[in-house]
Amino acid sequence: MRDLTSVALDVAKKLGASYADIRVVDKKQESVRTRNGNVESLGSSRSKGFGVRVLYDGAWGFSSSARITEDEVRRVAEEAVSIAKASATVKREKDVELAPVKPVTAKWKSECKIDPFSVKAEDKIALLLEADRLMRQNKGVRVASGNISSLREDKVFASTEGSYIEQVKTETGAGIDAMAADKGELQRRSYPTSAGGDFASRGWEFVEDMRLLDHAERVGNEAVALLTAKQCPQVVTDLVLDSSQLTLQIHESCGHPIELDRVFGQEASYAGTSFLTPEKQGTFQYGSPDVNIVADATIEGGLGSFGFDDEGVPAQRTTIVDKGIFKNYLSSRDTAAELGETSSGAMRADSWSRIPIIRMTNINLEPGDWTLDEIIKDTKEGILMETNKSWSIDDKRLNFQFGVEMAYEIKDGSIGDMLKNANYTGITYEFWRSCDAVANKDEWRLWGVPNCGKGEPGQVAHVGHGSAPARFRGVKVGVGKWQ
Amino acid sequence: MRGLLGKDEALKMAGRVIDASPGDMTEVLIRGGVSRLTRFSDNYIHQNVSDSGHSLTVKVIFGKKIGTASTNSLDEDAVKDAIEAATRVAELQKPNEDFEGIPGPEPIPEVNTFFDSTYEFSPLDRAMGVKAITERAAAKGFKAAGAYSTGASELCIANSLGVRAYNRSTQAHLRTVVMSDTGSGYADALATDVKDIDPGLVARTAVEKCEASQNPQVVPAGEYEVILEPRAVADLLSYLVRGGFSASAVREGRSFLAGRLGEKIFTDLFSFWDDGLDPRGFPMPFDLEGVPKEKVIMVDKGVAKGLLYDWKSAKKEGKRSTGHGGFGGWGPMAANLFMAPGDSTVEEMIKNTKRGILVTRFHYTNMAHPMKVLVTGMTRDGTFLVEDGKVTKPVKNFRFTESALKVFGTMDMVGKELHRSGRSVVPAIHVPAFTFTGVTEF
Ligand SMILES: [Zn+2]
Repeated sequence: MRDLTSVALDVAKKLGASYADIRVVDKKQESVRTRNGNVESLGSSRSKGFGVRVLYDGAWGFSSSARITEDEVRRVAEEAVSIAKASATVKREKDVELAPVKPVTAKWKSECKIDPFSVKAEDKIALLLEADRLMRQNKGVRVASGNISSLREDKVFASTEGSYIEQVKTETGAGIDAMAADKGELQRRSYPTSAGGDFASRGWEFVEDMRLLDHAERVGNEAVALLTAKQCPQVVTDLVLDSSQLTLQIHESCGHPIELDRVFGQEASYAGTSFLTPEKQGTFQYGSPDVNIVADATIEGGLGSFGFDDEGVPAQRTTIVDKGIFKNYLSSRDTAAELGETSSGAMRADSWSRIPIIRMTNINLEPGDWTLDEIIKDTKEGILMETNKSWSIDDKRLNFQFGVEMAYEIKDGSIGDMLKNANYTGITYEFWRSCDAVANKDEWRLWGVPNCGKGEPGQVAHVGHGSAPARFRGVKVGVGKWQ
Repeated sequence: MRGLLGKDEALKMAGRVIDASPGDMTEVLIRGGVSRLTRFSDNYIHQNVSDSGHSLTVKVIFGKKIGTASTNSLDEDAVKDAIEAATRVAELQKPNEDFEGIPGPEPIPEVNTFFDSTYEFSPLDRAMGVKAITERAAAKGFKAAGAYSTGASELCIANSLGVRAYNRSTQAHLRTVVMSDTGSGYADALATDVKDIDPGLVARTAVEKCEASQNPQVVPAGEYEVILEPRAVADLLSYLVRGGFSASAVREGRSFLAGRLGEKIFTDLFSFWDDGLDPRGFPMPFDLEGVPKEKVIMVDKGVAKGLLYDWKSAKKEGKRSTGHGGFGGWGPMAANLFMAPGDSTVEEMIKNTKRGILVTRFHYTNMAHPMKVLVTGMTRDGTFLVEDGKVTKPVKNFRFTESALKVFGTMDMVGKELHRSGRSVVPAIHVPAFTFTGVTEF
């Protein structure tokens, strides 16, 4: 492989590139999907190729190809340089600069006890069909579905600065979902969470630990029970979020606005920018003193964990919010350089055919010292919300509105009636400033989110979020006309 | 042509896969092409990429047992591996009692969707288009961000019953947000032939919107008359279609149309349809099952008329597929939506508005409730207050939480000009009451 990577780097240098890197990626995936007692799809896919990124005259160019041959590597490197030359015709006064990184030769591999590709398809099918049957024991369930997927990515990164990094990552995930509908009402319930379930950089042991069958019957029953549940009232009240809904809250209102490319307007025309402008770094009160958030790419098993990012920067743990104060961004080598910092190691591409862009790693809310029981007992009147269903946030990541699968009233410190169609809305920093209780590390859990979209052409990142249940005071819930 | 197989080669390859497959039935999908994109922000090009590639997916079927595998390498060995993987998987499978077979061949209409001008558009050509925008923005002290993309793609579907469908097409899209610290404006242009894109016009529109948007004022959330420009209309229309007009969603009772087909649900002014052959959109003569596309009138003068069928949902009801199938079994999907124009101009809508909001586009919309088609989202890049028939000032962006059923049920003015927005071709509309549920800080 070194022969091929050297060809790309040599060609780029010879043509005058001041920097170049190449990634060669071989990715295989397997997935099973069941629906109402049938296997809806069972398949595998394989994608191999390489991409060359160059800096010429202070401007970027990138090209890629699926044909991994010496001639093609040469052609693609040449094309990347000619694209960079075109970029240089519409340039700022200031050239792109790269924050320094120590060149390394390294290998990294994610933890995997049981290779998910060694588990027989029959066993995966049997597990999902049994969960399917259990969900549909309740005749009110119209559609039961389940899925299991596994991924392995082999990646080589080489740069003109002398790095040569080989990484192998294995990911596994699964989830089940029941949909009930009747008389103009439609409700869903999922486990362990919505949008395909939970994912991790682990092996088959991760799916075994989910115990899908222990939850399937409950999931079906809850979907049906939601049809006739009380409508979530339109009030301002105290809100308790479970850790799966907090995952989405952290993702949208913290993870995205701390991406330094968004801050600099690089995503403005598509995903948007950020309210966390550079003058806020180190001083802005993002949340209450109970809010501590880190970006941690080093956690074993995290879906957003890795050894090195796609610029060869080692995985790091970075403080994002410290006792409520906004401290640091997620950055790349070129964006970090603009702030006179080093990269926080957050550049990732979703395939060989895409350039790396700033992506979340594992963005985690640190545990506090409550238990969920104590939080509920301490709440006079409020609502407990679980599992995300819909999400929307403005292009600077301030005004958000999230809907959940299920909610419960909290009255005088105890759980009351089930509520349907619950949602809540707020302004990011006002919401986090109203946080006055976070549950402890026993209730803290790391979730994997496999569907974070960003960039043009679109890329889908696999990221992680850790959190424990937390309480927010005085939140507007029940938005919209529901009658 | 580099990056494209062409019709003969693609069909030959698909035929070889079918011949080599041991299945009772076999389906092959080959797609790919080239895609190039220049991205800019802060008035300079910060990303500039090109990629090319294909994927081949084979579905091997024994009785009702189905296995699929895909590869992005079209080498003989990789394709052989994919056939073997799909075969192995199919043998392990349980019979899918829901399986309804695969379509046979039908004549496929010819449409011209490929333009050499778009295929040959170079990185320097794109840079020139970008420059037209950044220079105009910079002259006003604004910053432009956006992207100029061009691509050529091909799609080949073949199966063992004789379906042999091939199409190649080009796409070009220029979009920009022009902004300052105190306002922003959006404009874009989409075309199959890049020669139809006028970067100067895109630049002028976005810069003018940005100028008009400076220093927005807070107007409280609540119910307002709205004028929705075409991009916002297309966004809402997609929610109406998504679950609503799929025959399988209706059959499973998860569509608002379940039991209501033939009813007048919307205003007389509302008619829309899906037409894969109309060159005003992005034509595509067949679906991912290789079935030719039929024009389906979904709503005619307010009456819910037609549903979209794929092979499976059609078989279940003893009907014909309308050519709206996917490959993965996700159910029928719309791909080329058209809304009937009305007889108003946006200026007339403004003139007829007592106190309302003019919306350029929405951002990050999401379904809050599929049966009520309740959608939430934000306004973005040009939101204005209209008072007594005049645009009076820019306003801070709103969050809306509103039902698309109500919007298309009550709209009372429809634009006579149609605009291409994404894969839809739609007019602007005026709605007498639209619910904004929140305001943001910019
Ligand atoms: Zn995301």
